Amino acid sequence: MPRIKRAAERVYAWLELRLQLEAPVKDAILHKVPRNTASWWYVFGSAAFTLLFLQIFTGILLALVYVPSAGEAWNSLNILNHQIPLGWFLRAIHGWGSNFMVAVVLIHMAQVFLFGAYKFPRELTWTLGVFLLLMTLGMAFTGQVLRFDQDAYWGLGIGASIVSRVPFAGGGLVHLLLGGPIIAGATLSRFFALHVFVIPGAMLLFAALHVWMVLKLGVNEWPMPGRLVNRSTYLAEYNQLTHEDGIPFVPGAFWKDLIFSGAVLAAVAVCAVFFGPFGPGGQPDPSIIQTVPKPDFFFLWIYTILSYLPPQMETPFILIVPLLGIALLLALPFYASEGEKSWHRRPVAILSVSTIAVCFGVLTHLGTTTPWSPHMSAWSGDPLPAALMRNATPLARQGGAVFQAKQCRNCHSIGGTGGERGPALDRVATRMTADQLRFKVVTGGGNMPAYGKNLSPAEIEALVSFLETLHPANERPAYDAAQQSTGTVGQSSGASMPASSPAPQSTGP
Amino acid sequence: MSSDERNSIEPQSVKSIDPGAAAAEAVTGRDDKHVVSRRWMLLKAGIALNGLVGLVLAVPIFRYLLAPWRKDSSFDSWVSLGQADAFPEGETRLAFYKNPFRQSWDGETDNVACYVRRQGPGQFQVFAINCAHLGCPVRWFPQSQLFMCPCHGGVYYADGERASGPPERGLFTYGWKVASGELQIDAGQMPTLSNTARLVNIQVGEGNYPCRG
Repeated sequence: MPRIKRAAERVYAWLELRLQLEAPVKDAILHKVPRNTASWWYVFGSAAFTLLFLQIFTGILLALVYVPSAGEAWNSLNILNHQIPLGWFLRAIHGWGSNFMVAVVLIHMAQVFLFGAYKFPRELTWTLGVFLLLMTLGMAFTGQVLRFDQDAYWGLGIGASIVSRVPFAGGGLVHLLLGGPIIAGATLSRFFALHVFVIPGAMLLFAALHVWMVLKLGVNEWPMPGRLVNRSTYLAEYNQLTHEDGIPFVPGAFWKDLIFSGAVLAAVAVCAVFFGPFGPGGQPDPSIIQTVPKPDFFFLWIYTILSYLPPQMETPFILIVPLLGIALLLALPFYASEGEKSWHRRPVAILSVSTIAVCFGVLTHLGTTTPWSPHMSAWSGDPLPAALMRNATPLARQGGAVFQAKQCRNCHSIGGTGGERGPALDRVATRMTADQLRFKVVTGGGNMPAYGKNLSPAEIEALVSFLETLHPANERPAYDAAQQSTGTVGQSSGASMPASSPAPQSTGP
Repeated sequence: MSSDERNSIEPQSVKSIDPGAAAAEAVTGRDDKHVVSRRWMLLKAGIALNGLVGLVLAVPIFRYLLAPWRKDSSFDSWVSLGQADAFPEGETRLAFYKNPFRQSWDGETDNVACYVRRQGPGQFQVFAINCAHLGCPVRWFPQSQLFMCPCHGGVYYADGERASGPPERGLFTYGWKVASGELQIDAGQMPTLSNTARLVNIQVGEGNYPCRG
């Protein structure tokens, strides 16, 4: 044993004479950090770094099989999923690793923000971090494109449509984005180059500088309320702190980083095993139009915003707000580089983070349920509740058929099924009189298309007669008081009145 | 002498870690800053040479990168959708064509769909499949005579006019003509708000475009 040990020492000495890495590595791992930074709050950055390397490693393994050609990419992913042993697992790890990475980077950013770690002298560390966040999101989007299924194809269409809104240069920028006039082979090739060479290369460089600055400038001390950052005194104060109450980074703080990174990797693996890989969905054939494209989880909030923006606001919003947001993030450490670090005395910071978190949650939830999208098959797939038809007149039943056949159901739900684009119609008769219903059906208005040209007078009468039955049994339908007082109510809605449950109407008020 | 040099390797390499110190040494050492030394002049010449070569190389590199950036008109080409009489009057039908600009590795992506609406003899409207909002594929519902978009809920009437939802305008239309019995459309690029799709305004007649040959 001693001989082996001596041999190992000789090899080490031989290498060290040439590499001379011992001193800088010792410097890096033994440098003192403030004792209170050895906290579980400080583990997200290293976890993001670990995930970056997991993504690079699994990405290289996937590249052994993946074919970056528009004609073959989808097939090669299916072969990875179904024919290469454990190919599905590698795809699942890479996919879940991506989700975890975006999440961990966002949490890391929120923590750094709340702990005031972006203040002097760590402004540049934050700035590089903002670019790293953007590149992480860029990797998530380009990765979704490389999945080259229907969602990827139409996602590119959405990207091109957004870029086309740029004034003057829009058309040319669309060509640059797509590599040609349409989404095709050239598009996938350039997104492959972005996903595999350009962005990861830049990310490695930026992440290396980011970590370098963390080592050189030291880990941000635990913020204490009232201990203000002052540019002229901070460095001396920090030095004093690490000298008086510092511990070596390894093992003092590093063991928590290691354990958390290991736990995150385990979580990625568990998700990969239990939930499997993402897609690929349908083949990227644009002539298959029976598709409901949807972005990946971390872009759902954008999808929601795009559906709720009023049309005239859309172009300015899409083009200006993201740039403003990025500029704000980049500028943050420069207009707030001194002063209070503690979240106890930064209510605006707390409010900003919680507002953003709530908005993100709500918008993402809406993005998963998409209440604004018509349900394309509700008209033929969702039956009308039988109770509505039980005592209905032949005219009202005819109206129910019109209601289904004309796709009203795609946007309006009855009995809890159908689209949510328009209001649910279970109680519509209590809100609108027969005349109002007729008017609305014929002329549309708001988000309702006009059906005047598409329905015959007989169909409209039948439809209104059916809609008039949609009210609770114990609640009378809406009526026009003016018409009623002149006694014309019986004529104007006589056809529909008996259709609904007759008891409340026949007696009248 | 040679052993002296060998010994001096380490301290020198340690010093040169700090570029400021190295530069200071260069200036305060044998170099007099008032004298243009040969080595500094040659260094500047080296930088200038690399800058010049870089500039010369940048021109073709940028030209290569910008290669896809072309005028809209360079993508205009007439594509046949088949016999015009195959489209029944008063109906809107899904039609397909191969994009005229394609490569062998495009796979299925150059299959493009569009909607052909024939109002009467020699009266057509050809709509792009892409919603005018963000490009998702709209679906035609003949019963209600509406196009509906599955993404954000844009709805259009049978003549392509906007009915509701987030789109700012009606469906994109292709220019068309009937030549030797075939319905041809002026296609070639994905219609978006920025290209000629925005400007084309279909008129009823023999075709709204002058024949480009």
